Amino acid sequence: MVDDAILLARARAAVAAVEDPEIPVLTIEDLGILRDIRLAGAVVEVTITPTYSGCPAMAVITWEIEGALARAGFTEFRVRSVLSPAWTTDWLSAEGRRKLLDYGIAPPARAAGRRGLFTTERLACPRCGSEDTELLSEFGSTACKSLHRCLACREPFDAFKCH
Amino acid sequence: MPASSVTVDETPRIRSFLALGDDALILGHRTSEWTGHAPTLEEELALANIALDLIGQARALYQATGYPEDDLAYLRDPHQFRNALINELPNGDFAFTVARLLLVATASDLFWRGAVRDPDPDMAAIAAKAEKETAYHVRHAAEWLIRLGDGTLESHRRAQEAVDALWPYTGELTKVVDRQAWMRAIAPVLSRATLSQPLDRWMQSGGRTGRHTEHLGHLLAEMQVLPRRYPGAVW
Repeated sequence: MVDDAILLARARAAVAAVEDPEIPVLTIEDLGILRDIRLAGAVVEVTITPTYSGCPAMAVITWEIEGALARAGFTEFRVRSVLSPAWTTDWLSAEGRRKLLDYGIAPPARAAGRRGLFTTERLACPRCGSEDTELLSEFGSTACKSLHRCLACREPFDAFKCH
Repeated sequence: MPASSVTVDETPRIRSFLALGDDALILGHRTSEWTGHAPTLEEELALANIALDLIGQARALYQATGYPEDDLAYLRDPHQFRNALINELPNGDFAFTVARLLLVATASDLFWRGAVRDPDPDMAAIAAKAEKETAYHVRHAAEWLIRLGDGTLESHRRAQEAVDALWPYTGELTKVVDRQAWMRAIAPVLSRATLSQPLDRWMQSGGRTGRHTEHLGHLLAEMQVLPRRYPGAVW
């Protein structure tokens, strides 16, 4: 059974390092969309969850998990997508929030929940730190982001929506 | 050899998932037609995101039926679709598009908020995602309708014409949600948009039983031509 523990750790390390194709500074573990990894006999079973119903990255993430497991020496694996419990931005790791900010994306402003859906407070500009910013659109370059503009440094920036 | 149509054994459970899935797929497809044509880049992104949310919801709803999702989307004929007629109407102008989105998404919002407690675990799981997405759709459509209605004479005229033309198609939306609750949500938006609320008179119906407008066949012809003509085609 020690072998299984080693195998599982190797599988976990390979899968946890897979990057989000649309926000490549974050791993799927940082994002909180990696739900579970387990061994069923010789088969590695990975469970992931979408951020938004229509997130087009899910197919790519599935291929990349399969590729990462193949490179780690596994031959049998199954990637499953589950909806429940629904992903929320609360699952972003602290490390994930820091990486987002470094990358120029404002992390979610507050805890998720229906009343937290629409960001009303002013977000700090990830570039210059000014809070003199405005919302341009609640729909950004991907489903999970909104589009903002800093009035101090004049740079546009994305923010991760509370969800 | 073109692919033949699938037949679906429509139990009450499957029929309710199909009705919601078809609503989402058809409105998602219509909304996606704006890609490349929206009035501004931000609006282009917004409509593409909304279309993506709807098509994602459709996929999850189809998957819950146990039938292959692609078969349901691509290999059914118009009379097998269970969507409300309002979703298949052509986009018209931008006012028509946002007015329809408001009327439909407001009903969806009421439905999904209740469905998060649905005893069917698939329905509850889909609702938990869809209710947040739909809240954004309602808000986006409402902001635009207010801007258009309370805008220029021309935008006001077009917004009112859109609401008037769409109203007889809203009866099908309020079969599963309470029409009074729906009206209470719509009325303040119309009021802020300085638009008058049409009277409830005769309502169109038939979508849920497969009696569609001529528009659905044209929409499906475009959406289905590739998988129908080249069964099993992959990227």
